[in-house]
Amino acid sequence: MIGVSPSRAHSNLFRCSKYFIFFSRWLVLAMAMMRFYLQKATHKGLYKSIARTLKFFQTVALVEVGHCAIGIVRTSVIVTGVQVCSRIFMVWFITNSIKQIQNEESVILFLVVWTLTEITRYSFYTFNLLNHLPYFIKWARYNMFIIMYPLGVAGELLTIYAALPFVRKTGMLSMRLPNKYNISFDYYYFLIIVMLSYIPLFPQLFFHMLRQRRKVLLGEIIVEKDE
Amino acid sequence: MTSQGSRKAVVFFEVEILDAKTKDKLCFLDKVRPLHKYYPQWYAARQSIRLDPKGKSLKDEDVLQHLPVGTTATFYFRDLGAQISWVTVFLTEYGGPLLLYLMFYFRVPFIYAPKYDFTTSKHWVVHLACMCHSFHYLKRLLETLFVHRFSHGTMPLRNIFKNCTYYWGFAAWMAYYINHPLYTPPTIYGEQQVRIALVIFLFCQVGNFSIHIALRNLRPPGSKTRKIPYPTKNPFTWIFLLVSCPNYTYELGSWFGFTLMTQCLPVAFFTAVGFIQMTVWAKGKHRSYLKEFRDYPPLRSPILPFVL
Repeated sequence: MIGVSPSRAHSNLFRCSKYFIFFSRWLVLAMAMMRFYLQKATHKGLYKSIARTLKFFQTVALVEVGHCAIGIVRTSVIVTGVQVCSRIFMVWFITNSIKQIQNEESVILFLVVWTLTEITRYSFYTFNLLNHLPYFIKWARYNMFIIMYPLGVAGELLTIYAALPFVRKTGMLSMRLPNKYNISFDYYYFLIIVMLSYIPLFPQLFFHMLRQRRKVLLGEIIVEKDE
Repeated sequence: MTSQGSRKAVVFFEVEILDAKTKDKLCFLDKVRPLHKYYPQWYAARQSIRLDPKGKSLKDEDVLQHLPVGTTATFYFRDLGAQISWVTVFLTEYGGPLLLYLMFYFRVPFIYAPKYDFTTSKHWVVHLACMCHSFHYLKRLLETLFVHRFSHGTMPLRNIFKNCTYYWGFAAWMAYYINHPLYTPPTIYGEQQVRIALVIFLFCQVGNFSIHIALRNLRPPGSKTRKIPYPTKNPFTWIFLLVSCPNYTYELGSWFGFTLMTQCLPVAFFTAVGFIQMTVWAKGKHRSYLKEFRDYPPLRSPILPFVL
């Protein structure tokens, strides 16, 4: 990092080590998942074994949004915010709360997708800050999403869909009238609205990544539409 | 933007107008004709003319002679998008809540269970809430028509969809619960709570109206002058001593009163969101007052005395 002022270099090193820590944690998670599968030859119970680590990571990912807000990372706050929110939602409000669905295949699907995506992303950030970015990592970051995104969305949607009957039966997180706050909330219908919201949100995130890809990998100059 | 002929010597200006993004030359005026004669779809309210592509727009009152340009003036044009008048937006966004709330109050079919259609609530606080809510929006409509003096004639068209979704959505959400057959009147302090809430609400409504009148009187009809507002003989305006935007302060107070009156969480959410938005606006207004007037009273806060 020649030609960078001392304070800048200092903060770069700090960020760099932070990303490396995130990267290695996801790697640890991935390895834990693989080891479990190889040992038990089944995916049942996999979620339970990694649950605590996963919950910790995803919550810590809130830091990411803070980064974008302060401007350390160049992705937009809204895009990252939506991603982090949906991940936290999935972990805390669906898979953690509804034990019966923890052995569904769709859970494994999105877990694998998230793990692969995050490993790529954090190694990209780390190497980027070190100014020694191997091309294959850049290639991976801007190409893998084409398969990972749709697969991840499919995993998440299938999981929510599988959770619906249990939500209906237990009436969890719901509040009925009359009550002294004069408000009601039906978690079942809320989940349906969440599923529907993927329809406008997913294409926006996907095309955002496609635009980034054209800019970074293909060197196209894209005139941003203002306002 | 106007061009005056000088009395002493005749000064000719040549004006070229470029697109701010692509730098294409849109027109070259050696006789000054309005831009929209060349491009009829870009009527005056949509035009943003500026000296620098990323700079601020010039105002209608700016005179060509007084701008820092040579004899060939280069301006940059930006299309602001389809525009709609402020009055239209206000009437639509306030008319909606007024009507929607009444629909819920009269329990129009398909909202609640059929056995409740066209019934009325047995709680007197529900009737009171309907009167207050309707009064509030009626007041806003009348102020839009007769009191407010707007600096800009128009705003971008997409704002009407955004604003109406906000106002209409929240109004429907609040009205649904307040007028629900299973509504629970305030339990914490009962009737006393409702009475105090009503006093707060009315006090703030009168206050808000007084501020609007005071602000209107600052500005002669048809002009766009800006002056520092000061307390008048009306005691409700004495809050100007402590606050830059007391209209927002009173508005917050009104909704706080309404929340207390109905003890309804959706109303609390609406008050909170409104508070955040109004604080943002108040801070902006306060900052522009400070920038524009050297002698601006230092004791004033944007929206809450001493606090915010």
